[in-house]
Amino acid sequence: MNGLVSSILEHYNQWVTIFLMVAGLYVVVARGNMVKKLVGLSVFQTSVYLLYISPGKILGGTAPILIDDPNAVYSNPLPHVLILTAIVVGLATIALGLGLVVRINEVYGTVEEDEIFERSDDE
Amino acid sequence: MISTQLLDQLPALQVCLPLAGAALCALIDRRYIAWVLTTLISFAMPVIAVMMLIQVMTVGPISYAFGGWEPPFGIEYRVDVVNGFLLVLISVMGAIIMPYALRSVAAEIARNKQAWFYCMYLLCLAGLLGMAITADAFNAFVFMEISSLSMYVLIALGRDKRALVAAYQYLILGTIGATLYVIGVGLLFAMTGTLNFGDMAERIVAVEQSRPVLAALAFITVGMCLKLALFPLHVWLPNAYTGAPSVATAFIASTATKVAVYLLLRFYFSIFGAAFVFEDLPVTPILLVMSVAAMFAASIVAIFQGNVKRMLAYSSVAQMGYITLGIALATPIGLTGGIVHLFNHALMKGALFMALGCVALRIGGCRLDAMAGIGRRMPITMAAFVIAGLSLIGVPGTVGFVSKWYLALGAIEAGWWWLAFLIVGSSLLAVVYIGRVVEVAWFRAPTGTAAEATDPPLSMLIPTWILAAACIAFGLDAGFTAGVAAEAADALFAGLRQ
Repeated sequence: MNGLVSSILEHYNQWVTIFLMVAGLYVVVARGNMVKKLVGLSVFQTSVYLLYISPGKILGGTAPILIDDPNAVYSNPLPHVLILTAIVVGLATIALGLGLVVRINEVYGTVEEDEIFERSDDE
Repeated sequence: MISTQLLDQLPALQVCLPLAGAALCALIDRRYIAWVLTTLISFAMPVIAVMMLIQVMTVGPISYAFGGWEPPFGIEYRVDVVNGFLLVLISVMGAIIMPYALRSVAAEIARNKQAWFYCMYLLCLAGLLGMAITADAFNAFVFMEISSLSMYVLIALGRDKRALVAAYQYLILGTIGATLYVIGVGLLFAMTGTLNFGDMAERIVAVEQSRPVLAALAFITVGMCLKLALFPLHVWLPNAYTGAPSVATAFIASTATKVAVYLLLRFYFSIFGAAFVFEDLPVTPILLVMSVAAMFAASIVAIFQGNVKRMLAYSSVAQMGYITLGIALATPIGLTGGIVHLFNHALMKGALFMALGCVALRIGGCRLDAMAGIGRRMPITMAAFVIAGLSLIGVPGTVGFVSKWYLALGAIEAGWWWLAFLIVGSSLLAVVYIGRVVEVAWFRAPTGTAAEATDPPLSMLIPTWILAAACIAFGLDAGFTAGVAAEAADALFAGLRQ
């Protein structure tokens, strides 16, 4: 029991990642409101940022700029750079998604998926 | 001197030219200038791609250090037989569609949005070419999102208001697919500390049996299968293809899913290694079941569609099943069949969707009942449709026969006779749905708008016929396509490890 608790506590960052991942995906699947779906998608994407960033943190590590101390431990800058890119990609995706929802709202007068499908079936 | 310097920069130009062109199109915002610019750039692409493929075939793989940063530290662009072939395919399709686009886009898209259409088209082209050329796992993700985001816009530009919902659904599922891929890449990065394909392939051997690597394989498989629309994950595809403007459908259907297949192949064969994926893990039965399900279920659904564009979209899902079947066989012959079908399917679906675009230009839609007798009024267009349709069925003398022949050989070689019968059986379903269109279009009296329809202008007919003729030419002489595909399959089995 203690082993389980400590393994959860030691890897709490991974558990947070997994929780966000699953929660985000659940919101995307379970909600019919198109804006809420995008919120879920955003949470899902954010969990990936954590997945990359948290193993990239080295305890006691300094910024990867060369200093005189020969014993210096440097953090790997690559995960942060990758995630900076991924954040931009995520931003673009959400922006485009919201743009589409605005257009859908103009055309259909609703952002609820089931109402839209009802209206499409009538035609 | 200058020419050799320029030759060295070909891999970068392949991606940078369309990217720069997209920005210019957006800034200029004049539809004719945008079309001319897009045409010029999209015709430069096959030239670059063919020059690189020739170089690869004679000298060997090209490695290009982007920005002068040596791989594995910097981003590497690497062209070998596999992606060299794919680059030629994408860029040729991208170029052939452009002359066709002028009239079709003018008819289907609002005047003030046409320059933006070309902007998005070039962005999409840049993204797909970038995905194919890069040897960096994360860079591939960025290019995947560039192509996907522009694709969502291309689809949303469709006249039908359902196109908006289709684009939204594709955005949700496409983003989930890409995010699953990037989760897989993140796990691999955490285990190997590198993103370069070649470097990763060497370092993964030491950690092969660890749980994160297994999870990474699963995430990448599901993510890419979403992108390539493997059967149960295909739900975004029919609506997206149906709603998109004709030019966008022809382009997306013949290129986008193919690049996803390529990336999956790259991970399976070059990085994880065929022995690990297909011998240690049950990837073959999983892919096999889903492929066969796609071949039958999607073909059967296709038979009952009232909209021909939608019917062909379902047929695309079925055809992707043949390609993944080739991967699942995991033998050189089976894989050759899969790669040849990748190429051949692009040709025939391109021709079919372009012929439908001609029909849409004249009668304003693609509903089967509105197409009665259209073969008599638009004989040249519908003849191209029939040729590409026969190719889809796999009639000897067309490209469809070549790829199915290799797939059946691969199945028999593996000792699965029943699979060879299933391949033939699902082709019979294609006879039914193509036959329905042929019956309505040629053997009924023209009514309504179809009665006044005429063949479209030459700028649309010629590209359609180039593809239809290619269906026959590469069907009669499969030496080039099957030869390159066999070499690509060998290169994949050889792997990236030195």
